[in-house]
Amino acid sequence: MGWLDRERTIAPPGFNRWLVPPAALAVHLCIGQAYATSVYKTALVKHFGASLTEIGVIFSIAIVMLGLSAAIMGTWVDKNGPRKAMFTSAVFWASGFLVGSLGIFSGQLWLVYLGYGFIGGIGLGIGYISPVSTLIKWFPDRPGLATGMAIMGFGGGALIASPVSTALLKMYDPNSGAKGWVASGDSVGKLFLTLAVVYLAYMMFGAFTIKVPAEGWKPAGFDPAKVKAATLVTTDNVSAKNAVKTRQFWLVWIALFCNVTAGIGILEQAAPMIQDFFRQSDGVSLVSAAVAAGFVGLLSIGNMSGRFAWSATSDVTGRKRIYMMYLGVGAVLYTVLALAGSTSTFLYVALAFVIISFYGGGFATVPAYLRDLFGTFQVGAIHGRLLTAWSAAGIAGPLIVNAFLDAQGKPGQLTAASYQPALLTMVGLLVIGFVANLLVKPVDARFHEPRPDRVRSEEPAMEA
Amino acid sequence: MSTAQTTVNPTPVNPSTGKLVVAWALVGVPLGYGVYETLTRVAALFG
Repeated sequence: MGWLDRERTIAPPGFNRWLVPPAALAVHLCIGQAYATSVYKTALVKHFGASLTEIGVIFSIAIVMLGLSAAIMGTWVDKNGPRKAMFTSAVFWASGFLVGSLGIFSGQLWLVYLGYGFIGGIGLGIGYISPVSTLIKWFPDRPGLATGMAIMGFGGGALIASPVSTALLKMYDPNSGAKGWVASGDSVGKLFLTLAVVYLAYMMFGAFTIKVPAEGWKPAGFDPAKVKAATLVTTDNVSAKNAVKTRQFWLVWIALFCNVTAGIGILEQAAPMIQDFFRQSDGVSLVSAAVAAGFVGLLSIGNMSGRFAWSATSDVTGRKRIYMMYLGVGAVLYTVLALAGSTSTFLYVALAFVIISFYGGGFATVPAYLRDLFGTFQVGAIHGRLLTAWSAAGIAGPLIVNAFLDAQGKPGQLTAASYQPALLTMVGLLVIGFVANLLVKPVDARFHEPRPDRVRSEEPAMEA
Repeated sequence: MSTAQTTVNPTPVNPSTGKLVVAWALVGVPLGYGVYETLTRVAALFG
């Protein structure tokens, strides 16, 4: 397997760096399917005779494994390079679908947990972080733009997988024309087999297109000293082992956790929430199910576009400032949503759209933020460890919202006022995140890796 | 004469241009399709 080694992927002179973003996108668009599981959720409930919660566990295992594998395998990814990491991710992701389909065909739910959840989840984690450090090295002049393009793919993957999966289920199920149709287990199994083949091919395209820059390469006209003078950027490096010992790592962890928890609060409840916000006194909502589905689609667009637009903007504003916007402006928008969101559907939709764009932006900007603080040396591994904040938020967000809503009443009876405690709790979280981000300062020089060209005692103080 | 000029000063062709177009099309076309499909659902919101 030496042909997958980092040494074999060093770009020759004249290699066009704009080939790297589509390679990264190919992987992220595939693993982004994880957000399109709702397409076959009901079919699996019926097929296995299981509860929604039991089927929901498949997705939960996958997300937990994403965080764990990103944290554990981050150093391995940095050491072995993006090609081997993408190849490994593709094998795990496709194998997850294959084992999952075996579970569906044989009626064994535990095999779906093992396949899609456990094995596929490992593919998710490795795939998510695999192109990040390479992109940052190819685009030292625009790291936010580069990581934004790739991580946008994770948001965009569901936009593709959702309609394609629906079309395939209809094609595979002879009863698809029936009234009140729910896809058969057999058709979901065939869908899994198809996705395994297609995703394997796509991710292999990414793996064999990506290349790492040669040592010392930099884009024409790029002056690192200029970047350092403009923002909170170091030219030193911190190892992943040392990074987790710094206050900065945990402050950014808190900022990301708060931003993601607040975003998930809306995303998880998007469709019922807009209907509840505009429920009249007779119990009927002004917002139909079709309109609510359109709202969910709009949030997906906001999530995806925010990843690209805000992360690219952070190259101009600086990472700390844009996180202040995500968390500070986000807290204000959340407050307006909680207190005045029910006055107008336009206001409600506009607020939710911007809030979700901040949620996506937080994900896409954080690799560049880590690059600024810890250098490029092991930024992939550090990013992997930071993604545990995502796993934690994935548990905390729904727990907070559901706990408050359960106390307010039953689904179908809730109103805008029922959401206020949950939304105002999210405002509190965003304020905590804002303060954490405000406290981020340059990393102390004692955590820096030694540089051959410099004696440690002569190192200059870091700039803010 | 013009042939001779072409031989002496051939127009430089970047070999990666074709690859670039194919690579971006491979990811851009499905993404565009996904965005289009989603926007048709979003239309219900404003309809």
